[in-house]
Order: sequence, then structure tokens, then C-alpha cells
Amino acid sequence: MANAVEVQGLAKRYGGLYAVDHIDFSVQAGTVYAFLGPNGAGKTTTTEILEGLRKRSDGTVRVLGLDPWTEGYALHLRVGVIPQDFRFFEKITPKEAIEYYGSLFATRPDPAALLEQVDLGDKANSRYDTLSGGQKQKLGLALSLTNNPEICFLDEPTTGLDPQARRSIWEVIRRLRREGRTVFLTTHYLEEAELLADQVSIIHHGKIIAAGTPAEIIKSHGQPERLVFQAGPPLADYLRRTLGVSATSHDGRVEVPLESSRDAVRVLASADSSGLPWDGFSTQQDTLEDVFVRLVGPMDDGALKTEEVR
Amino acid sequence: MKPARILADLKIVIRSYLRNPVALFFSLIFPIILIGLFGAIFSASGSSAAPLAVENFDHNSPTSVAFLAALNNTSLVQITMVGYPASSFAADLGSNGFSAGLIIPTGFQSAFLNHTSVNLTLFANPTSAAVAGQAEYVITGVANGFNLRAACGSQTCAPVIRIPAPENIGSQVYTYIDYLIPGLIGFSILTSPMFSMVDIASSYRKEGIFRALSLTPLTKSEWLLSRIIWYVALTFVTAGIMIGVGAGLFHAHVELNAGLLPFLVLGPFLFVSLGMLAGTVAKTPESAALIGNIITFPMMFLSGTFFAVSAFPAYLQPVAKVLPLYYVIDGMDQVMLFSNTTRALFDVAVITTLAAIIFALAVRFFQWRDVE
Repeated sequence: MANAVEVQGLAKRYGGLYAVDHIDFSVQAGTVYAFLGPNGAGKTTTTEILEGLRKRSDGTVRVLGLDPWTEGYALHLRVGVIPQDFRFFEKITPKEAIEYYGSLFATRPDPAALLEQVDLGDKANSRYDTLSGGQKQKLGLALSLTNNPEICFLDEPTTGLDPQARRSIWEVIRRLRREGRTVFLTTHYLEEAELLADQVSIIHHGKIIAAGTPAEIIKSHGQPERLVFQAGPPLADYLRRTLGVSATSHDGRVEVPLESSRDAVRVLASADSSGLPWDGFSTQQDTLEDVFVRLVGPMDDGALKTEEVR
Repeated sequence: MKPARILADLKIVIRSYLRNPVALFFSLIFPIILIGLFGAIFSASGSSAAPLAVENFDHNSPTSVAFLAALNNTSLVQITMVGYPASSFAADLGSNGFSAGLIIPTGFQSAFLNHTSVNLTLFANPTSAAVAGQAEYVITGVANGFNLRAACGSQTCAPVIRIPAPENIGSQVYTYIDYLIPGLIGFSILTSPMFSMVDIASSYRKEGIFRALSLTPLTKSEWLLSRIIWYVALTFVTAGIMIGVGAGLFHAHVELNAGLLPFLVLGPFLFVSLGMLAGTVAKTPESAALIGNIITFPMMFLSGTFFAVSAFPAYLQPVAKVLPLYYVIDGMDQVMLFSNTTRALFDVAVITTLAAIIFALAVRFFQWRDVE
């Protein structure tokens, strides 16, 4: 399938500093692509360059075959965008906003249906300045869909939303993908990327430091799957001696890395026959978040959040 | 450029505006307050004639007498012939409680008949601005009438002696409120779009609304045009209110004709664009407000809004003539008071040129997106 986005050698320089430092990536049409990174990593700069909101310093960028900066007008007819911190006219209602965008794009969206999709149906006639942060974001999402876009750029669409609102936005993203549209998503929420994205890139200090499917990234940058016992150092010693595995022990836990899930059976059998005391066991696997933290380092409060934390 | 997009944007503008009570108050109630206030102040003094001390050094020449008779016929000045020496005229006026004085110089008649320039000397007490202003307006108005007559300069002109006839200087005698109405319409043509556009230009940029709009097919000219259309509509409403209140409450004589229309359209066109340009040049909302004030305030007072430019000190008059609002107000004066079409057309030409240039500059310099 063709690529909806092609980026080669993209750089954005402010003074002597590169906010985006010669990155390459492509987004296959009809997929969800998640762009992850801590604050200030170059996420929004890159996204805004793709959207045609910011001029690049170097490199080539094609979105739907168009240069976003010089051919922005033609491109904007075919893309949907929620800019970060989306704002709108204070005294205008969501219904009027959608009618407005419909007139500008010469499309005829059904405001009620579109607002229902983003779970904002009950606020159709409330003025923008009375909406909550999450409701404003949802309006931004609804507006980005008024022109029936081929590709949607969603810059942190769920930041600050409650879990229920976030799920309704996830549902919209899944539906967009089912409809064959491309979604370019930036997010702080790693779980979100893991759940929704076909491909993920992690950007840090302006460079892409990992890319692939979530599983590929975990595989190449995460620790392998491991079996964990509640047990003391003697069991670790025993397993090392008998099986030759690199079992480690700390804090009353013994961890044994597994080549494959089948290895677990062999390790469990060996532990059972050791005669040493052990209590419960489990298998553990790195999540995208574990990998992210390992690659990028723990971030400031607010930079990295998960569903559970919220 | 698509009318459908301008219309869609105009709907947003109108709704935003009508749902903002403060904006609505300032646009509609403020002109009423303004005209009510000035009308009350000046019609009170207008009902009694302003005392005017006159010294006629032209030895009662027929022209000077005709001029004084014309002044007297307005019944807005009460002329007292005084005999103060020229050297201490100003001081003597003060000590005798006059707020306004006039010296007709030697050679007034011969200069007038020979079409050479002659200076009347006006004295005004700044602490009695209302009375002095009224006297100045009347003298200026009468002088304008004389000058129009003198300027024809051909054999078919009426004799000088007939100059005081009312038809020579327009349809009627002017009161201060008559002058005030075009001035205040000009005032609102200037202030209402300037202040709000300067604010919008900087705050929409800061809030990212321009960025959001740049992602739609709406163009910068369409966006600006919908604002212009709105402010033209608003200008018609406020002008209507001012004329209505002025005529209804203060018996202003206003000649309504189609000649007023270009000014009510081109004025807002010019100042919406200028406000946008000013807001664009500024980097922050704070500096935008400052730049807006720097542009607006001198124009507010020096363009003939409250006092005729011809009553300004000579050194200030050239300043007024570089201010765009001067041409808007002067044009409306010509149309509403003096029926001077030639001069009104000149004003229209000046405003059209300025409006086109400033509109083009505003569209050129105002950026939806960040270049950096």
C-alpha cells in the first residue's frame, strides 16, 4: 500500500539547536501511526511541519504526495487536524462550529451525527467557553472530520480527558482506521499507542530512537519475557546450577529470563524438584511503557502518564 | 474568493458579537452616550448665543460689515463691538470676561475682492471651550461661505454684499451639534474597528485560532472582508442612532443623501484593515494595545471629531491632514453640511487609495501560520 506520509532528512533548527534532527520515517496509508516522545522531544514540531503549520529547515516531506508548506492549501482540503491546545471562538456552539467548517470546506456534515460520534451530542448547543477541556478537545476532533479527511493529525487528542472520554476518542480512531483513513497520532499515553497504533516511533532530543510495531519495539529494546518466583537466593543458585539459566535474585524475588514460553515449563519442573521453598510465580513481559522509560528515562511529572495513573 | 466562505465567517462574527454584551454595549450604547453628552453640553450653550468681542480694523467696509451681519444672523454669537487696542486685545478680553474674540484686519475688503488671502484673528479662552468652540465654528462656517463665494472668481458671481444670504453657505445656519454629528460618526468609524481588530489580531494569534483557521480553505482576505462587512453594518447602525438622537433630541440639521454612503463603507474598510495591520506588527497583545493606542488617540482628537480642524492652531493643521480619519470626517462634513461635492469626491479618492493600500498590506503581513 502507498505511503500517506514520507519524511526524509527532516530537520528544524532554532538558532544553533535542532528541535528535529534529520529524521526519516513513513506512514503507510490506512494505518494508525503513533509518534511518542517526552515533552520537548520534537513531537509537536514534527507534527506541525507535516500539517503545514510550520516551515522546515531541511529535508523533504510529502503528505498525500504534497509539500505541506508550499502546497498547504491543497493539502488542507484532504487532511483533518486537531492542533495542540485547540481553541475556538468563545461564543460559538459546537453545532455552529461544525456548520461553519462545513461551509468553509463546502461539505455538508451532519452536526448531530458528528458530535454524537465524539460523544459530544449533549453539548451541541452549549457555547464553546462553557465546555470543559475534554469537551473542547472532542469538538476539535469533530471539526477535523468535517472535510472527510484522508489523513487525520491528532496532536495529543486525549490529554486531560477522563477515562471514559478517552475511550470514546479511541473508538473514533479505530473507526477512522476501519474506514481506511490514515491516523497520525502523538500522545503521552503509552498504553494508548500500544492499543491503537500499527506503527510507533519514539522521538527523543529530535532523533527517532526506536521505530516499528509496538511488539517489535518491545522485542528489540525491552527485556525478554521472564518467570518470577517469590523465593530466596538459594533457588536462584539451584536453577543456575541445574539449568544453566541466568537466574537472578533480589527483594525476595527470583527472576529467570525465558527464550520462549515453553522454557517456563522446564524451569517450573526444576524448581518443583529442588525441594527449596518457593511461593507463587508469574511470567512478566515489558510493556511499551517499560521500554519507553528505559530508552528515554523517567520523565518529569505529567510528561509520562498511563491510564491507571489518571 | 468565495462569497459562501465570507458569509459563513460573517455569521460567526455576528453571533460572537451579539452574544458579547460588553461589545454590544460599547458599539450601540456608547454612541448614544457620546452624542447625548456632547449634545447636552453644547446645545445648552447653543441655545444662548456665545458672546463674541469684535474689533473691526477695516473701518466698517461693506464686506466686513456683511461678514459681521452674517455672523449675527446665525444668532449663535452675540457680537459686542469693542475698542481694545490690538496690542492688548487678548488681555483686555480676559479682564472683561469674554471667552471669544475676533479681529477683522485692515484691508479685509480689498483682499477679499482681489482674491488675495487675509487672516482673521480669533481669540479663544481655553477654559471656556464650549463657548469659544461655538464661536469658532460659527466664524469658520461663515468664512467658509465667504470663501466659496470668493473662489468662484468670475463675472457671474453674486456681488459681495449679498454674501450673508443663507443660500450662499448652504441650506441653514449651523449649530455645534451639526458639526458634531459627522465628527462623532467618524469617531466611531475609527474606534470601534480599530480597538477590536488590534485585540483580535494579537489574541487570535496567541490562542492559535489563526492556526486553526489556516487549516481551512478560508483565506486571509475572506476573513478580513467578513470583518469589514460587519463593521460597515455596525457603522450604518451607529450613524443612524447618532443622526436620530442628534436630530430628535438636539434638533441637529442633517442632510441625509447618498453621498454619505461611500464614507460609511470606506471608513470601516480602512480602519478594520489598519487595526489588523497594527495588531499584526505587534508581537504580543500588550504591545498590540499600545500600538493601537498610538495610532488611534491622535486621530481621535486631531481629525476634526470634536472640533473643526480649521479651528486648530496653524501648526496642527498639517498634522490633521496626514491622518486618514480627517478625510472621512471632512468628507462627511462636505456632504452633510456644505454640499461641496468636489471636495467630498477628493476625500473619497484619498480614502479609497488609503483603504486599498492598507488592506493589501494587512493581508500581506498578517500570518496565519508561524514561519519560524
